[in-house]
Amino acid sequence: MGYLQLYVSGPFDALKPAGMNHSMDDSSRIEGVGLAISRNDRYIFTDLNFSLEAGQILQVEGHNGSGKTTMLRILCGLTLPSEGEVQWRGENIRKNLAEYCAQLAYVGHAPGIKGELTPLENLDFAKTMDRPRKDADAEKVLERLQLPAFCDDVPCHNLSAGQRRRVALGRLLMLDARLWVLDEPFTALDPGGRKLVEELLSEHAQAGGMAVLTTHHVVNLEGCSVRQLQLGT
Amino acid sequence: MNEASPGAAFISVLRRDLMLAYRHRAQILNPLLFFVIVVSLFPLGLDPEPELLHTIAPGVIWVAALLAAMLSLDNMFRSDFDDGSLEQLLLTPHPLPLLVLAKIVAHWLTSGLPLLVLAPVLGMLLNLGNESLFSLLATLALGTPVLSLIGSIGVALTVGLRGGGVLLSLLILPLFIPVLIFAANAVGNAGAGLDITGQLAFLGSLLALASALAPLATAAALRISLN
Repeated sequence: MGYLQLYVSGPFDALKPAGMNHSMDDSSRIEGVGLAISRNDRYIFTDLNFSLEAGQILQVEGHNGSGKTTMLRILCGLTLPSEGEVQWRGENIRKNLAEYCAQLAYVGHAPGIKGELTPLENLDFAKTMDRPRKDADAEKVLERLQLPAFCDDVPCHNLSAGQRRRVALGRLLMLDARLWVLDEPFTALDPGGRKLVEELLSEHAQAGGMAVLTTHHVVNLEGCSVRQLQLGT
Repeated sequence: MNEASPGAAFISVLRRDLMLAYRHRAQILNPLLFFVIVVSLFPLGLDPEPELLHTIAPGVIWVAALLAAMLSLDNMFRSDFDDGSLEQLLLTPHPLPLLVLAKIVAHWLTSGLPLLVLAPVLGMLLNLGNESLFSLLATLALGTPVLSLIGSIGVALTVGLRGGGVLLSLLILPLFIPVLIFAANAVGNAGAGLDITGQLAFLGSLLALASALAPLATAAALRISLN
């Protein structure tokens, strides 16, 4: 049976979102209520409660096998919890999954990009499948992600793991998503890449977005309200 | 900016899958070569009497088409599952059955349609007459989309399993049997100068039923497989 510890660090209420670029009002709030998940007749975690509001970032921590990825998948609506529910603006996400999905950008363990397509083709596809940002431009996004220009037209399976991770993260900049759910976003990235992801997270939070991420990396997000959620046995 | 319309998302998935198939041409050729080789081996293995070949041709061509469809089915969701694209598809705001239908259409265009092009040549090889060739094309045009549609349900159910290929055959082959029986029977009857409207009507109704229900079942199966 697992237990949960929730503690907080950082200026909780100090942050006022600067330069909101999201079309929605500021009432966005995601909550996990009494979440539990069991696998093979064994609970991985039980009675997991948390809430996250605009401008906040939730870092999920825990040892290997503590259910971090499962928790993120529950948050996205991919996995059904054994008990409890996830609420978006006070309503179970299952009630209006399509509307919730339009607010969500997920980058999981698997990058979700096609190896046979170029980074530009991958990002353009992502743009046509979801709600894109007004100024979404795949080339500019790849430039922002510091992907060398020659990579734009190379099939993704010829790129390094870190470069593929950057392309996957490019989806975050293409979509007008309020909530980012990131599973180990720093994996395979060099120090420059990690710093870039931290910058993106800070900007997103300051613009009124929210993010939930798992990482063993110590994140350094200046001026952001970062909460920690500890999963463990 | 508002999100793209479901219709635009359908076109987008279809275009992407066709582009992927084009860049993976070997994967498309494999079932087609299998189809050609199996059908052309029969005259070598049996007595190459024109009468005998004419009699067995409908069954041989349809069984080979069915097995070729089985070979290509596994690729429908496999690579999307492995690289995480399937998760992303589930997380778009568009209706999943519609996106699934786009993938099924792409699968049929790259695996079923080429069979229609090859079948008349193989029919002639097996001494099929003009009437039979026409009915062969008609049954393949109605029957192969049914194979892709019904097959997608089985693939969606087994995509997360290791060694799902065997299970897929057990799940799907029994559901393919009605298509095989009516299609092969229609081609045989056409060769004998009999009316085949009934068989074609049955295949058409199967296609209508599968088009309406299979995308829904496949979408539900994918959500279960990714749970």
